[in-house]
Amino acid sequence: MSGLALAVRQIGYENRAFWRNPPAAFFTFAFPLLFMVIFNVLFGEGAAGFFTPAIIVFSVVTATYTNLAMMVTIARDEGILKRIRGTPLPAWAYLAGRIGHSVAIAFLLVVIVAAFGALVYRVEVPWTAMPAVLLVLVVSAATFSALGLALSGLIPNADASPAVVNATILPVLFISNVFVPMESAPEWLDTASHLLPVHQFADAMMDLYARGADAGLPLMELGVITLWGVIGVLGALRFFSWEPRR
Amino acid sequence: MNEPAIELRGLRKSYGSIEAVRGIDLRVERGEVFAWLGPNGAGKTTTVEILEGHRSRSGGEVSVLGHDPGRNDRALKERMGIVLQQTGVDQYLTVREVVRMVAGYYPRPRDVTEVLELTGLAGQADRRVKQLSGGQKRRVDLAVALAGDPELLFLDEPTTGFDPSARRQAWETIRGLAELGKTVFLTTHFMDEAQALANRLAIIADGSIVASGSADELIDAGSAVSRIRFRLADGIVLPDRFGARREASACELETDAPTRALHELTKWALDADAELLDLEVSRRSLEDVYLQLTADAGAAAAE
Repeated sequence: MSGLALAVRQIGYENRAFWRNPPAAFFTFAFPLLFMVIFNVLFGEGAAGFFTPAIIVFSVVTATYTNLAMMVTIARDEGILKRIRGTPLPAWAYLAGRIGHSVAIAFLLVVIVAAFGALVYRVEVPWTAMPAVLLVLVVSAATFSALGLALSGLIPNADASPAVVNATILPVLFISNVFVPMESAPEWLDTASHLLPVHQFADAMMDLYARGADAGLPLMELGVITLWGVIGVLGALRFFSWEPRR
Repeated sequence: MNEPAIELRGLRKSYGSIEAVRGIDLRVERGEVFAWLGPNGAGKTTTVEILEGHRSRSGGEVSVLGHDPGRNDRALKERMGIVLQQTGVDQYLTVREVVRMVAGYYPRPRDVTEVLELTGLAGQADRRVKQLSGGQKRRVDLAVALAGDPELLFLDEPTTGFDPSARRQAWETIRGLAELGKTVFLTTHFMDEAQALANRLAIIADGSIVASGSADELIDAGSAVSRIRFRLADGIVLPDRFGARREASACELETDAPTRALHELTKWALDADAELLDLEVSRRSLEDVYLQLTADAGAAAAE
């Protein structure tokens, strides 16, 4: 089989294993919706226009970055990666399988969140800007996947992975216009967080949601996100490890 | 094709200033079951991991099925199977799914059902790996290594944690592989396992090979090949000239000349009116040889 066919096949096996842990699968999907409901209650009427794209961003980041960093670290420490390394399956095909599955889950989440926003909160899906929306989603999912793989190389062991992963992403989500609107934040913080990919991703999604086709293509945001994607790929190449650490 | 399955020349590996492997020469022929023995920390696992392609080397030449494993060659990986010490398969897939998934990585895999039967997993085929016992999971490891129908198998302590009957079963499986002409590189701590399965074996201690050959050759090499054991009732003192070790009532002595030793021993016993209880004469075991050689190497390293 070609490497590409093997990668696709690998997504299938990842998918099978994913659905066999129903509590994990259920909360993967329930978690963003729960956040959406809570934020809308907390911030009141009119907040849904903000929180629908915000939770889409949150969903993509957790399904790729958080999920990959944690699961790959666990797989590494369980010896799964080392075993794969001893077979003819090309390393990239294995990782492509894992990333492919994470991205598929991320997109499923985006659809669910967008539908929930539209049906429950009457937040219109930006149909007119669909090509730009898809491009932002694809570039962001790829970037956060690469960053997740790079981070897993820096996590010393599986037990430490939830703590390390959350410490790297939760503060960023708070200062990136995702959990809390950044209107009242000091300017320096707003400027600083714009150097990070989450804030750019959020800006792009919010703008597309607010203005539809009028928003055009968010080139600046895509540029920063892509730059982080490159950093992620280089970091993954440098730090990623197949060997369990003890 | 007379090319050996594995050939090492002057293999070295250092971690910083520590030399874990200090120039090893080794040749494993095709179709051979080769046992690789040595205490923990002797460089045993390092060597195997270099052969498997999991680790780089510091010096020397390595050839596995004609390939350099350090080059991470897909063509080489298609021809070998590895059982690591640690189980590394997805817990939520069934046994059959795991074997089928791995079989798909190879160009000419073995029939999945056949692999499951060979490893005694036919009855567990549709259970998830998570639900299996420790011994069954270990068999999944073996099944995964066999899925690609490899010419060369690395087995790292494949029967650790098995009950005696499961061990015998695993031995039968390994013998079956040898009959099919596969080469097996077996790392083990069990001397009876090495003796039962291996055509040849090598012992590594402190980074160097201290002995290699068939089990018989190793046992017959050197001195003190026979061992005499007996028990003496309390209060009876055995003269020092026999050079025996004694722990409570149990006595043991080693000799090259068992006939003479036995004659002298029984003569003394008759004269002293002492009974040699449970008297037995046996050949030195592989374990004795192993313990002696690795202890010698340890002592030499300590000097």
